[in-house]
Amino acid sequence: MNELRELYQELVLDHGKKPRNYRPMDEPYRHSVGYNPVCGDKLSLFVRVNESDVVEDVSFQGTGCAISTASASLLTEALKGKTATEAMDLMRQFTAMLIDPENDTDPDALGKLAVFEGVKDFPVRVKCATLAWRTLEAALDGRDTPVTTE
Amino acid sequence: MNASTEQTKKGTFRAPVDYSAKSGSGLDVEKIRREFPILRRKVRGQRLSYLDNAATTQKPQSVVETVARYYFRENANIHRGVHELSQVATSHYESVREQVQKFLGAERPEEIIFVRGTTEAVNLVAQSYGRSQLQKGDEILITHLEHHSNIVPWQMLCQATGAKLVVVPIDDRGDVRMDEFERLLSDKTRIAAFSHISNALGTINPVEEMTRLAKAAGAVVLIDGAQAGAHVEIDVQRLGCDFYTLSGHKMYGPTGIGALYGRYDLLNTMPPYQGGGDMILMVSFEDTIYNSLPNKFEAGTPNIAGTVGLGAAIDFLHDVGVTAAAKHEDELLEYASGLLSERKGIRFIGEAKERTGILSFVVDGIHPHDLGTVLDQEGVAIRAGHHCAQPVMDRFGIPATVRASFAVYNSREDVEALVRGIDQARELFGD
Ligand SMILES: Cc1ncc(COP(=O)(O)O)c(C=O)c1O
Repeated sequence: MNELRELYQELVLDHGKKPRNYRPMDEPYRHSVGYNPVCGDKLSLFVRVNESDVVEDVSFQGTGCAISTASASLLTEALKGKTATEAMDLMRQFTAMLIDPENDTDPDALGKLAVFEGVKDFPVRVKCATLAWRTLEAALDGRDTPVTTE
Repeated sequence: MNASTEQTKKGTFRAPVDYSAKSGSGLDVEKIRREFPILRRKVRGQRLSYLDNAATTQKPQSVVETVARYYFRENANIHRGVHELSQVATSHYESVREQVQKFLGAERPEEIIFVRGTTEAVNLVAQSYGRSQLQKGDEILITHLEHHSNIVPWQMLCQATGAKLVVVPIDDRGDVRMDEFERLLSDKTRIAAFSHISNALGTINPVEEMTRLAKAAGAVVLIDGAQAGAHVEIDVQRLGCDFYTLSGHKMYGPTGIGALYGRYDLLNTMPPYQGGGDMILMVSFEDTIYNSLPNKFEAGTPNIAGTVGLGAAIDFLHDVGVTAAAKHEDELLEYASGLLSERKGIRFIGEAKERTGILSFVVDGIHPHDLGTVLDQEGVAIRAGHHCAQPVMDRFGIPATVRASFAVYNSREDVEALVRGIDQARELFGD
């Protein structure tokens, strides 16, 4: 039960139940869709970047487990005002925290996103936590082929 | 070929094991559990409650030992050796064909084709029978309950031939709408393909009636028996179907082995599915003469070890008794449904009139994937997902369910662990 509480912290449960920026977006936007074929989940992500490469707005919709929904929700909060390059850096740090055993960056540097650190002890759930980020990457790259966890 | 080998003797005179309970009726579940060494291991420090049997069952010691003994004592290629080992392997392999024939109630052993499983069996029929027989304007009838492996091969066949896929709807309980089944059948229906038992909901379809109606409309009938082998008695002659499929791994046998039953005259007219060794009588660059049944459909070296393992699995099922197994699983299903329906916010998906030990449900406010993680932590293995039946999920307006599926070695303790895990998850996710 303790490991589970580590995984499902209050912040995760809260964002999983009441995701922020859960809405479609008016044009212009870049968009991509991420799938988790194992559970049939789908995440649709919108991002608007202005001329100075700054993320003006991020939103998402779809169905998913608590981990993937909370991760998408916290992603939208973390990105506003960052440049696209900073967003990609954040994605790399976030992913490293979950899958790279040699990772030595302090999770606290990730702010609220550090709440997902416990996911690394649940390898099958890592892809739930990273799906939104991989979908974001595809959207920023202007790829419209769907992203999948498998 | 001289059949009086070590193996056939063993096969013939195998001493059956009695698994009935010493006192009262029913099965001696503890004795059965002892046959499954994997059930003794711990998972995440907990007693393993394996409730993912619809995905694949565990294997009894006898199956694992038969496979091991084959490799230790009999291994050789079949149908091609003058030497002793090849004869032993061949006769063991062929004796399992006869076992499967009897298991399915088929008329002759040549009607049994060994394949990888149901997926390959359906593809074989679609590619061989379907491609050679269907054309534009023809229809293939399936139901809304099907597993992807009884949908996609037919879609591919439709693409190749211009035939049309027609889908019979299901009702809110998860039963096939028989009025619609009848209405959608017509003289255009060339193939009707449906599952005996739904893996997503546990529905047992009225396959005898469905076969009768489809045959009367002039269709060829394929029954997907992947979920049926370990849970209901099967008699293909009584059913009257043309094709029937089995997956060994869902009936206590090894992975990668299954069987296709096909009616002899139909199989005989069908073109080969794959070309290669064993399926030919004579090859020259000008002309090749195909072998007779069943070899025509078994190109290349088959899964011999898997096949002998399948034979041991059928022996195990005989010892337990499929009907006794089903009764035991029904009791567990009832016990679980009872305990869960006492709790708020649990919605059962699929409450068909006739069903096997499969319990599909969703819990308010908890995604199946999260529930799966909590249960795993308790040593409870269930499936969370769409169960390769996305149309079924769409029908009920959900992306996924939690599915607990029972086997003969499950006990009330497993059900209690499941319920305990669900309570924990509700506590964790509760407001
Ligand atoms: C109803 C049903 N049909 C077909 C299949 C496919 O069987 P296999 O994966 O053994 O080929 C399954 C198993 O997943 C099933 O449950």
